[in-house]
Amino acid sequence: MSRFKTKKGKGTPAINTSSLPDIIFMLLFFFMVTTTMREVTVRVQQRMPEATEVQKLDKKSLVSFIYIGEPKNTKIFGTKARIQLNDVFASVDDIPEFVTKEREARDEADRKFITTSLKVDGNTKMGIVTDVKQELRKSGAFKINYSTRKKAQKNR
Amino acid sequence: MKRAVPEINAGSMADIAFLLLIFFLVTTTMDVDTGITRKLPPPIEKDVDDVPVKDRNVLKILVNSHDMLMVDGKHSDVRLLKEKTKDFMALHPDNPDYPELTTRYIEELGRDFPASKGVISLKNDRGTSYNMYIQVQNELARAFNEMKNEKSVELFGAKYRQLVDEKKIKAINRIVPVRISEAEPEDIGGGL
Repeated sequence: MSRFKTKKGKGTPAINTSSLPDIIFMLLFFFMVTTTMREVTVRVQQRMPEATEVQKLDKKSLVSFIYIGEPKNTKIFGTKARIQLNDVFASVDDIPEFVTKEREARDEADRKFITTSLKVDGNTKMGIVTDVKQELRKSGAFKINYSTRKKAQKNR
Repeated sequence: MKRAVPEINAGSMADIAFLLLIFFLVTTTMDVDTGITRKLPPPIEKDVDDVPVKDRNVLKILVNSHDMLMVDGKHSDVRLLKEKTKDFMALHPDNPDYPELTTRYIEELGRDFPASKGVISLKNDRGTSYNMYIQVQNELARAFNEMKNEKSVELFGAKYRQLVDEKKIKAINRIVPVRISEAEPEDIGGGL
């Protein structure tokens, strides 16, 4: 009994927190390495269709995105599918200029590897997508990628 | 001589690191971009006439505004599309119902390979939904990927995705070219 009594009154020893910053820094570096910066605010709905035969887009810096879909804020912008380039809504006629700007932003050697990723909402009609594709063809951006989510494969 | 240097209080270090961590959590995304990659054809010049292609060499796929599928004039289903494509693109010597055959010299392997002259022609209406379009594209991609796999296993004993040698990948891509032609857009009708 007396042994326990001696411990009483000393109070709990403080936990050593000197390694806490290290742990947090480790987490921080993990997130910095695995994630990418969000560059634009997407203003259109993006429910991607699913597909099984998807490929990864590996060179993030060589991809330019075109968002198409119903605006998120339907009260102001209506429910008709719209094209979004960078941060603003655009029309089909703005695409050649967009392609040129994207091309000028890259190194000369990398320009032919630029992929245009079409992030299109699944419920969009093909009409607007076809128009965009025609404009891309005219502007010489031939490499495109239909952005889709990867569907879990069954019975294969 | 030696003077005691007062220790710097590192207690707020964790808070600073937390702040940074939260900043990165908020501003970044973790999703990997995936998708189906396609190459668009260069724009056609106005005065060039359509290149005549024999009827037997083309598999016509039409999707209308109600997302219904027609393959070579018959009503069809997306689930049948893969098998149909594979069957069409497979080599059928001396069968007038299937595409003509030709030989293609593959430099990487140094010999000729028989190849089909078949082309998949995909046409959709302006009213077709993007979901349906992707499904069709996906089925076609699946058909070609499976054909590439089969060829790759036959020639190199490994699946196409597992090939590492650049030359082998190139050879397979040349033996089994992805021949999907998208028609110039026009209204098929029945749409908006």
